[in-house]
Amino acid sequence: MNPRRKKRMMALLAVVFGLGTAVGLVLYALEGNINLFYTPTELVEGKGPEKQKPFVGQKLRIGGMVVPGSVKRDQDSLLVEFKLRDTGPTVKVIYKGILPDLFREGQGIVAQGNLIAPNTIEAFEVLAKHDEKYMPPEVAEAMKGIKHEKPVYNNVKGDS
Amino acid sequence: MIPELGYISLTIALGLSILLCIYPLWGAYTNNLRLMRAAPALAIGQCVFVFLSYAALVYASLTDDFTLVYIASNSSSSLPWYYKITSTWGGHEGAMLLWVVMQAGWTALVSISSKSLPWPLRARVLGVLGFLGVGFMLYTLLMSSPFESLLPYYPIEGRDLNPLLQDPGMIIHPPLLYMGYVGLSVTFSFAIAALLTGKLDNTWAKWSRPWTVSAWLFLTLGIALGSWWAYSELGWGGWWFWDPVENASLMPWLIATALIHSLAATEKRGVFKSWTVLLAIAGFSFSLLGTFIVRSGVLVSVHAFATDPGRGMFILGFLGIVVGGSLALYALRASAVSSVGRYRLFSREVALWFNNILLCVATLIVLLGTLLPLVHKELGMGSISIGEPFFNEMFSYLLVPFAFALGVAPLLRWKQNKFNALKNKLAIIAVISLTITVSWLYSSYDSVKTITFLAVLLAVWITVSTLFDIVEKATKQASILIGFKQFTNSYWAMVTGHFGFACVIMSVALTSAYSVERDVRMHPGEQITLNEYEYHFDGIKEIVGANYTGHAAVVSIHKEGEKVSELHAEKRLYNVGMQFMTEAAIDASLGRDLYVALGEKLNDGAWALRIYHKPYIRWMWLGGLIMAFAGLLILFDKRYRGASKALQKQDEKNIVSQPIASGEASS
Repeated sequence: MNPRRKKRMMALLAVVFGLGTAVGLVLYALEGNINLFYTPTELVEGKGPEKQKPFVGQKLRIGGMVVPGSVKRDQDSLLVEFKLRDTGPTVKVIYKGILPDLFREGQGIVAQGNLIAPNTIEAFEVLAKHDEKYMPPEVAEAMKGIKHEKPVYNNVKGDS
Repeated sequence: MIPELGYISLTIALGLSILLCIYPLWGAYTNNLRLMRAAPALAIGQCVFVFLSYAALVYASLTDDFTLVYIASNSSSSLPWYYKITSTWGGHEGAMLLWVVMQAGWTALVSISSKSLPWPLRARVLGVLGFLGVGFMLYTLLMSSPFESLLPYYPIEGRDLNPLLQDPGMIIHPPLLYMGYVGLSVTFSFAIAALLTGKLDNTWAKWSRPWTVSAWLFLTLGIALGSWWAYSELGWGGWWFWDPVENASLMPWLIATALIHSLAATEKRGVFKSWTVLLAIAGFSFSLLGTFIVRSGVLVSVHAFATDPGRGMFILGFLGIVVGGSLALYALRASAVSSVGRYRLFSREVALWFNNILLCVATLIVLLGTLLPLVHKELGMGSISIGEPFFNEMFSYLLVPFAFALGVAPLLRWKQNKFNALKNKLAIIAVISLTITVSWLYSSYDSVKTITFLAVLLAVWITVSTLFDIVEKATKQASILIGFKQFTNSYWAMVTGHFGFACVIMSVALTSAYSVERDVRMHPGEQITLNEYEYHFDGIKEIVGANYTGHAAVVSIHKEGEKVSELHAEKRLYNVGMQFMTEAAIDASLGRDLYVALGEKLNDGAWALRIYHKPYIRWMWLGGLIMAFAGLLILFDKRYRGASKALQKQDEKNIVSQPIASGEASS
């Protein structure tokens, strides 16, 4: 092999090696960090055609509407619990911390956390989007055609 | 009346940019100088009309013209005048018009400052820019016109600007980012023009480099500012969330960073030519992809932009044309380009190569993490989210080889290097870095995690090796002062940029490891202690602003009995939209930030408070500023000004010696 070919060969090998390592690491890192999204109904009754239920201890995301009247606060700490639902059963969420500005009863939220009992989630993050019209798209899909407690908000075109 | 004029101006500008797209390209193809010479005038005309159009929108906003859907949705009469101006880019339609303004501005700037380019190249560059202008203007006019009217029934009051955007940081954050995104289109046009001309030489690299650097500079500033804004405005003290919209700005930045490094190699050594062209195409493609992600709403993001699938399809189609067309052209032409330079395995070329590969891998990882949820959902496998830990983990893996090589690269020479010559230097630098890191970390903190240690070590490694290089090169001269003077701006830019990057690594590592974050329930009069600082919750007071009311928690902070600061953390309720906003109060310094944000009111008079202690966080944005400053240094390099003047003279001679009026002159 002439030096130029040899150099190209080295370069190619380096690229292949680099890519291989990268792909391996990516897959490894992905494995632990993909969080499936559930609606409360899916969490309780199972998700998809096979009705797969999450296992206790699984890290997941859940999105639904906060059931009015379900928000309970602890008297001495920032512990709070509330119920979420879409069309069917409700799911309990426990969270310790400060809720986002737009968190309120009847509002769509997304929580991220671990399943600690078949229908209880200990959340480490609660998100309410900075938009009053916001509802998690997955929840919106699940709730299509069903009346819900979403705050009524007219846009400008509607006002006029 | 005025808004209609704005609409008409934009339509005229579209007409001009269609001409700008056709005339010069056709002229260059048929070698018709007269057609090519129309390009600069068209570019400037287009720019003037786009600016008029934008001025009309600003006027409408300032005069509270709620007959426009856009103004009625994004402004209100109680908004201070400066936010009325910024509200013109606070919503989707206005932001796109601002994009068009910048596209036209960059195009005009290129047409003015490209006088020294040979006509065929100049005409093609402007023609390609014209084509991009057509795409964006069509989009604005057809899919998202800010001049859409509500007549005859219109509201008497607007819906107000999103309170999140009522912040000085937000005034300049989007324009900076757009400047960067659009700036990359200039680099893209140079690459396409070079492919069309079939001439990819060092002059091309020399021409491309300042434009790429300025786009990169704006992106850097925009991203740093966005991060700072998120930290100070969103009220939860985070500075980067790996949100799709942030990723959309990070990808072009990573590619642009790779591009300025490979351009340096192309310019100085004539290597990596076709690779550089590919990066130039990729840079702008990622800008477009980012726009698609942000504007189409295919991905769920904390950025609440108005989204619309139709708009997404338009951008996707445009993206397809731009990427498909340019890659096809690349496939046809790039094979003819061969790089002349030769280099050995142990050389600066290979170090830059390494830099490029790692940056591209980083980009692909961000792309994967951003788009995988989308693909997953479209395949019917359910919605997923990819958490921050994935990105953090991947970026820590990449950082180690990247930062290590970054410390070595400046010491390497072009072409080839003897390892033995370098061995001793590297050993000295390693020992110094290790000593500094160990004594710094172990004297300040009780426990040090491996990852933190490694990251800080790498930051110190980069700094020490850079300083070592400066001193070594300077002392080769008669005196250090003379040595300093011989350095070019490019060299100083490299040194500064690398130092800025080291600051960012150091800050990210220390902030992530040693931040103390406490969410607490407090009654007025209570206090807590965090890292030697005593936070005393003095009480709550009512506040009234121009367009909001709310509460402020007064928290006084003491350290060793002395008062350090008094913070007023606000919770605002904006009158028009009835939206709550948290306005965090921060006592900032280079060593640490003390951060207090007010949460909700709890029963029996208690309040929820977030109290954070964030060490060295300022260095993150400072590092960003330093990197941007490095970009500025390159722009002021004599080489580019000198080179363009020399070329200009040459070109003038050519013009004199050529009959211009013949119309068929070839140059």
